[in-house]
Amino acid sequence: EIDWSDIISTVEFNHSGELLATGDKGGRVVIFQQEQENKIQSHSRGEYNVYSTFQSHEPEFDYLKSLEIEEKINKIRWLPQKNAAQFLLSTNDKTIKLWKISERDKRPEGYNLKEEDGRYRDPTTVTTLRVPVFRPMDLMVEASPRRIFANAHTYHINSISINSDYETYLSADDLRINLWHLEITDRSFNIVDIKPANMEELTEVITAAEFHPNSCNTFVYSSSKGTIRLCDMRASALCDRHSKLFEEPEDPSNRSFFSEIISSISDVKFSHSGRYMMTRDYLSVKIWDLNMENRPVETYQVHEYLRSKLCSLYENDCIFDKFECCWNGSDSVVMTGSYNNFFRMFDRNTKRDITLEASRENNKPRTVLKPRKVCASGKRKKDEISVDSLDFNKKILHTAWHPKENIIAVATTNNLYIFQDKVN
Amino acid sequence: MECALDAQSLISISLRKIHSSRTQRGGIKLHKNLLVSYVLRNARQLYLSERYAELYRRQQQQQQQQQPPHHQHHSQTTVLDLDTHVVTTVENGYLHQDCCASAHCPCCGQGAPGPGLASATGCKRKYYPGQEEEDDDDDDAGDLGAEPPGGVPFAPCKRARFEDFCPDSSPDASNISNLISIFGSGFSGLVSRQPDSSEQPPPLNGQLCAKQALANLGAWTRAIVAF
Repeated sequence: EIDWSDIISTVEFNHSGELLATGDKGGRVVIFQQEQENKIQSHSRGEYNVYSTFQSHEPEFDYLKSLEIEEKINKIRWLPQKNAAQFLLSTNDKTIKLWKISERDKRPEGYNLKEEDGRYRDPTTVTTLRVPVFRPMDLMVEASPRRIFANAHTYHINSISINSDYETYLSADDLRINLWHLEITDRSFNIVDIKPANMEELTEVITAAEFHPNSCNTFVYSSSKGTIRLCDMRASALCDRHSKLFEEPEDPSNRSFFSEIISSISDVKFSHSGRYMMTRDYLSVKIWDLNMENRPVETYQVHEYLRSKLCSLYENDCIFDKFECCWNGSDSVVMTGSYNNFFRMFDRNTKRDITLEASRENNKPRTVLKPRKVCASGKRKKDEISVDSLDFNKKILHTAWHPKENIIAVATTNNLYIFQDKVN
Repeated sequence: MECALDAQSLISISLRKIHSSRTQRGGIKLHKNLLVSYVLRNARQLYLSERYAELYRRQQQQQQQQQPPHHQHHSQTTVLDLDTHVVTTVENGYLHQDCCASAHCPCCGQGAPGPGLASATGCKRKYYPGQEEEDDDDDDAGDLGAEPPGGVPFAPCKRARFEDFCPDSSPDASNISNLISIFGSGFSGLVSRQPDSSEQPPPLNGQLCAKQALANLGAWTRAIVAF
């Protein structure tokens, strides 16, 4: 049985790829560190080991509204490294925190008034003076909260994104997006507000938001209606009017009771180049060229065989699962998760795709993952899995790709898998 | 719209989801409830259009038979409009309408229906939304299967009789379909509606609901906002 609080809710590599952070439903952050180069054997890259664990958020109770605020970590985003310490932002539904993660590998010894264990010496016994010196100690990794950005969101925060200026960041909830300065916690600027005057007129919510990787004035946000809006902060203080609107017309032949649900975008990610962005909806991944608003340039079907099962997926709530997606370092491959602990990769150049499985049973460490195949209908071939035998409780919602190397992190419900390609 | 479940089951399931979201940890998930409301709207549209088709067929049959308006059938059917909470009872071919008809009604704040409608004292108020607040969270999934009070199954209203009382109404199908909101037994006191002061006072004839479009999402988002 899975402990509910161990369920992984976010995965993120830092800018160098040396560190990998995960957040879980229990409000904890676990950081993994890649082994340093001088320890690596020649045939593999460094392994990731636990580097630091800390409690980022605790459950809270809003007495005014009489509701509980979950401690679940929705997103983690790393700041680029400026000095010896590492910084990351972590957020739950309501509060964003800036954490400093620093190493301590030496400590002062030889105090005059204190014993080594910390007890104070009787001053009358001190007959000589000495200067305390730093001596090496076992490495200790400390996490301390440096800033707490609270009370700016009425609705549930779904995204945070650090600007390329490395001074500001945005946080987005269902209806609003706020702009913060990393140094200032008592103020934030509202830059998008889609709350209607009359809540009865509500037709869409914000589902994800991200700053452009290079243009510090540009950001995008996706909606539950399947649209993406690109906004330029130079145009006006309140970016309610978009600069660009990306939307693909619905295929009327695919219309169903659940059309609105499956067109809702669950994740949006810019390519590293900044030329493209990728969106994930329930059944597909779409790549958009920022210069073309009326349709995506590429569409990849993640699990089209689920289209005929939408009714049962609605009943068991799986249709509301929010899958994320990610780019590899060179923007040539995209990856996203699916059910049965499957995850999918799409090569944009070769147009080939592959389905892999993250599970302990089928894979021993260091073995090559075997491609999987789902049989949608008809005769099931050997080694294929039929749609009806998929385990919808085993879902991969969060995946991350190392910024420089072919190392991926894949989170199943409560386990983190790290895969790398074969190095010859 | 191909689906393993019929529209009525989908409506029940959707309402159950909205209901259970009220007690979920972390507060109401606005996004999920909005998506569920879209399914509700889609299912309701299909259900109503099916019912309207049936009603139209009946009306055609009736016109062919040309029955006198009295004493042929002692039948009674009752329908509830989910947008305005107008309760319509058809008895012996006569139409009664009761729109929770007091100024104190918290759901629609409307006055009594105007001239042209037989608002007899004997009219039953089938559904009073304010009840739900007094029920003190007794409602659970078990209530969803309860019979509507009075035990009368909901059924389409007969259009021809409606015209007797609403001389102003044009024989327009949309009036009828707006008036009729048939609901399966899955619905019971789930929606707690807030007084909607922004609504215009409705025209006091049978076109009470004419302005409420079939695809009006308002009732469902009200359900969400009321939490």
